Amino acid sequence: MAVSIKNLPDQELFYGHKACQGCGGAIVARLALKVLGERTCIVLPASCISSVTTIYPQMSFLVNSLTSSFPATGAVLSGMAAACKAQGLKDVTVLGFAGDGGTIDIGLQALSGAVERGDDFIYICYDNEAYMNTGVQRSGLTPYGAWTTTTPTNNNAVGEKKFKKNLFEIMMAHRIPYCATASVAYPNDLLNKLAKAKEIQGPKVLHVQAPCPTGWGHGPEKTVEIGKLAVRTGLWYLAEYENGQVTINTNPKEFKPVKDYFSKQKRFRHLTEEDFRIIEEHRDTEWKILRNYLGKDE
Amino acid sequence: MKPKVVREYKFPQTKEEMPFGPGSEAGVLIDVNSGWRTLMPIIDYGKCNKCLICWIFCPDGVISKENPQLEIDYDYCKGCGICAYECPKKAIAMVKEGEKVE
Amino acid sequence: MSELKMEKKHFLSGDEAVAYAVKLCKPDVIAAYPITPQTVIVEKISEFVAAKEMDCQYLHVESEHSAMAASMGASLMGSRTFTATSSQGLLYMCEMLHYVSGSRFPIVMVNANRTVAAPWNIYGDHRDSLSQRDSGWIQIYVENAQEALDATIQAYKIAENSCVSLPVMVNLDGFVLTHTYELVDIPNQEMVDEFLPSFTTTNKLDFNNPKSLCFSASPEWQTEFRYQQYEAMEAAKKIINKADEEFGKIFGRYYGGMIEEYRCADADYALVAMGSVAGTTRLVVDKLREEGKKVGLVKLRSYRPFPKEYFQKLGRRVKAVGVIDRDISFGYEGAVYSDVKGALFHPGAQVKTINFIAGLSGRDITKEYLTEMYQKLEAIDKGQNIAEVQFTGLRWT
Repeated sequence: MAVSIKNLPDQELFYGHKACQGCGGAIVARLALKVLGERTCIVLPASCISSVTTIYPQMSFLVNSLTSSFPATGAVLSGMAAACKAQGLKDVTVLGFAGDGGTIDIGLQALSGAVERGDDFIYICYDNEAYMNTGVQRSGLTPYGAWTTTTPTNNNAVGEKKFKKNLFEIMMAHRIPYCATASVAYPNDLLNKLAKAKEIQGPKVLHVQAPCPTGWGHGPEKTVEIGKLAVRTGLWYLAEYENGQVTINTNPKEFKPVKDYFSKQKRFRHLTEEDFRIIEEHRDTEWKILRNYLGKDE
Repeated sequence: MKPKVVREYKFPQTKEEMPFGPGSEAGVLIDVNSGWRTLMPIIDYGKCNKCLICWIFCPDGVISKENPQLEIDYDYCKGCGICAYECPKKAIAMVKEGEKVE
Repeated sequence: MSELKMEKKHFLSGDEAVAYAVKLCKPDVIAAYPITPQTVIVEKISEFVAAKEMDCQYLHVESEHSAMAASMGASLMGSRTFTATSSQGLLYMCEMLHYVSGSRFPIVMVNANRTVAAPWNIYGDHRDSLSQRDSGWIQIYVENAQEALDATIQAYKIAENSCVSLPVMVNLDGFVLTHTYELVDIPNQEMVDEFLPSFTTTNKLDFNNPKSLCFSASPEWQTEFRYQQYEAMEAAKKIINKADEEFGKIFGRYYGGMIEEYRCADADYALVAMGSVAGTTRLVVDKLREEGKKVGLVKLRSYRPFPKEYFQKLGRRVKAVGVIDRDISFGYEGAVYSDVKGALFHPGAQVKTINFIAGLSGRDITKEYLTEMYQKLEAIDKGQNIAEVQFTGLRWT
């Protein structure tokens, strides 16, 4: 069933948390639980969301949750899914909710193992593009050029020197039943992907871009605007992989200049025209690869 | 429907009242977040057409849609201003905390 | 014994004996990852599952860290679980060991004791499990394949006791026990079911009253949670002994709970040992007794919780105690020795002590070595000056 904003429940299952003002990750968690519902068990590795929600005695999730170890999310999900199967528990959604570092760096092995095993869970990577919980250190999902506390900028340094790893393609390479990219700025797209993931058996992975006012250096009111700009400039794409087929959900004919996105964030303010050129070139290559998947059997 | 807040949370007074290990009831809120706010969103109901853009994007889920008019839970609103910034009707004003609201 | 109570004798290795124990305990979820010399356990269990002799979810995890994480995931849903590991694998899952004990999940794991690289070596000593002394797990050490089987069944009974609710690690020596064949009684299912009821717990997720598990505690509360773990471990002392008595009543085999004494009642000189070396030591004790020496063996089964109270009393009735450590804490002495010594020197004790570092990385602890240890205890008692830490069988110093 298609989900729309109008028919989402008003009930909040994620409330009173201590995330920063305008937190993109918090939007993802809140919307995810609106679609997935009360019979969700959520596994939270070390991340912003775990550290702003479950500090005794204040518990901000109204569904079952577990605060778990940094590298282990995929494996804990497997154990939980296996127990559900063994006990014949039905209509339970086992959900992993991890940040970018917890997914693409320290958690990648456990996630890969869990996806390969084919256990029944949903895994959401809310991507704020650095280790924000520990104070903005670069991760494997930090974009080229970004300032972080471990990729400083000065006359000689550009900030982060590598491009983001591609989680979507890594998951595709596992021949996963379902994976998708999404953004907090495109809620209808995100909600429908969540609803789809809820219905599909086996592992499902959603990679959701979640702007972070604190780490990216933008006003807390601009979280959604920044998310939209990332998509309109082509620096973030919305796509799905299902039954071996790739679908591109927003396929713009032309992109807005990347400068529109970068100029609004302090983490990019040192970038030069040459950097923009490098980034645009990389963006175009990424889109070429993505579009090449269209219409092809995997 | 917003979660209930335990305003006067009673911490364990004896060993027996302690939770068993680090596990407890979900959804327990013992303090509010209103102190974070410097700007306060005020909805102009004359302009609001209840499109729910503010409701969907609120990171704190403090806007309630179940009544005819949208309502904000000011105990948990941190004043990020996404609601006002994204409102297509410009129906939400961000007013300095403590200033008189008509 | 009625026909129902008959047990069958089988020729099994220690690993196989553990696999049979696991089968009898009917876990819901098994997390399996291979490492020598544990691998036979998970191989044998996979055969049981494939033959439908076991009804459980068998997870092929991709690391030991994930083996323990998956076990935790299953336990927090209220399922009984099993996993096994050894050496580098135990160290790789170290982070999860603390998660599991701190959140009080009664997971049972068998560790095939093997040394830790470097130098790289697959053979047995206690360096792996002793390094996890403070992980909050109950640690039981066994002497032979039969005890490995029995202790694994007892482990669930201890772990799942509501006063305890702690994870249990059953340790058996790599190769000497894991790969050596013995005649083993396999208990029948009805008797095990009588001893070990199905797993129930309140420490799990609950869809009627949702929970937040493994939450963070501030400095104001961490101490109280740690005290709970301390109390549970203290409570486990009684439960370990009780489980052994109950087990003995049903199956006719008693292991003494936390400690087994062998010919210690009137002994002047006692050796403390964990694991398979206890078997050889019994033979040496018998031989020396024939020669009129008043020697005995203390087989330490439960390293954590540690039977402090027992050693406090022992310190007042023997003249010298030697502790065999199949490991050493560099910069000090064997860890088991430190613990035993700490308990022995209770006010009123005049006992002398020596630490024997022996059996490292699978080197044999021969009867000759053991005899020499007893001789050294006698010598130190008679006033001879002997270095406190002795490397047994060392070629040169």
